[in-house]
Amino acid sequence: MLTHDKIERNVGLLIVLTVLTVTVGGLLEIVPLFFQKSTTTPANELVKPYDPVQLSGRDIYIREGCYNCHSQMIRPFRAETERYGHYSVAGEFVYDHPFQWGSKRTGPDLARVGGRYSDLWHRTHLLNPRDVVPESNMPAYSWLDRPLKDGDIEAKMKALRVVGVPYTDDEIAGAKKALEGKSELDALIAYLQGMGTAIKQVR
Amino acid sequence: MSDFVSGFWSIYVTGISLVSIVGCGVFLWMQSTAKQAEGQTTGHVWDETLEEFNNPLPNWWRWLFYMTIAFSLFYLAMYPGLGSFAGQYKWSSAGEYESEMKKADAQYGPIFQKFLQQDVRTVAANAEAREMGQRLFVTYCAQCHGADANGQKGFPNLTDNDWLFGGTPEQIKESIAKGRDAMMPAKGVKPDMDAEQIKDVANYVRSLSGLAADSIRAQRGKEVFGTACAACHGPDGKGAIGLAPNLTDKVWLYGSSEATITETITKGRANHMPAFGEFLGEAKVHLLTAYVYGLGGGVAEPSAPSVAAPADVAAPNAQ
Repeated sequence: MLTHDKIERNVGLLIVLTVLTVTVGGLLEIVPLFFQKSTTTPANELVKPYDPVQLSGRDIYIREGCYNCHSQMIRPFRAETERYGHYSVAGEFVYDHPFQWGSKRTGPDLARVGGRYSDLWHRTHLLNPRDVVPESNMPAYSWLDRPLKDGDIEAKMKALRVVGVPYTDDEIAGAKKALEGKSELDALIAYLQGMGTAIKQVR
Repeated sequence: MSDFVSGFWSIYVTGISLVSIVGCGVFLWMQSTAKQAEGQTTGHVWDETLEEFNNPLPNWWRWLFYMTIAFSLFYLAMYPGLGSFAGQYKWSSAGEYESEMKKADAQYGPIFQKFLQQDVRTVAANAEAREMGQRLFVTYCAQCHGADANGQKGFPNLTDNDWLFGGTPEQIKESIAKGRDAMMPAKGVKPDMDAEQIKDVANYVRSLSGLAADSIRAQRGKEVFGTACAACHGPDGKGAIGLAPNLTDKVWLYGSSEATITETITKGRANHMPAFGEFLGEAKVHLLTAYVYGLGGGVAEPSAPSVAAPADVAAPNAQ
């Protein structure tokens, strides 16, 4: 029989049994997610991969650490859907690599911020939030009104294609052109305005 | 939970879960049936005298463990967890949400319904409705129009009598429910306007509302205004609801300085009020309409025929 004594005196066996024990959770809770329709297929036909401008905006969102204060995950509670709109579903995030769900809300959730405000509002608000919301404690991102760097957009899109985002060769070839003349602010606003627009709450 | 790509994954999850749980139970049982006496050691000796007791597991701990195993089996029978099996209670987070919404609707629905039956003007005069409207306004509208509804540069003041899209209840309701888009083309309808002419027009526009302006420039600007701007703003600059703002009053959306007006003419303006109809639903839009109408600027009849023609907005129901 497998006794305490035998396992303890046999390092190889100890390693195998330890690994088996700690992987059970992951095997059960993580692995099956890759084989579920709701997590791997778009929620509807409106869920689309980010265009090059939105993708650049997504990267500015990450660069500026927006996820430190803003979540992108509306939970299925009335208190949240009243304020933000329909709760988030897995199929909305199939083209997000990595997810920006976040876990902290110093600011409001942004999962359905798309279309909620005008472009002008976002422009004013990002450059200095106090100009539109006097009591806001969000930092001003006053430097964003500068030209967008487009150097690695093609490489980025190719990398995303490897992990399953269906960019076509034409889209990748046209990416640099799409970014011409855009500022970082334009890109970030394009990203924000596209957020969560695939599912609408209809009362 | 029935959305695994193949039936294998359901069996996989169920199998590993049950084997792990039962395995824990069996392992615990094996450990507690081993014949051991209190005070027996494992036989290891370290550092000459250091030994390790091999006491049986304490009963309180062992039974707690059995109870957690029993609980997990009960939980998996009742709630979703074992692959595609939905559990006896048929619980789901979406179902939980629906029942929460249903409960709230039963509680708050009648309050909203009561006001929805009333005319906007009646609702606007009701103190309770005003309080509800204010909460809604602060939640959904204040980010742009300000908590006091005084607006700011680019976001209209809702407390004055100047309306871009009309101040009747029907027009306000349409603005909230369907949103509004406004676009002034750069240089009006005269794309070849040069910098001097723009300055002239800016001076003329300032003179319309009695602001200090260079009279010679204003005189020249009047002619340019006639060809470039009058199509929308009217020959007298008074504008029209839903088409173009009145330039002869003291209300300025973007600012009245010569520099700002020059910028407006040179680059044009594009603005947008998002639609809130689908998101908020009819009852809340009705309350918000009444709140905005009651802020002081609401007008009973349209001051000019609405160009946006809000024909599809139903007339408010009589009480």
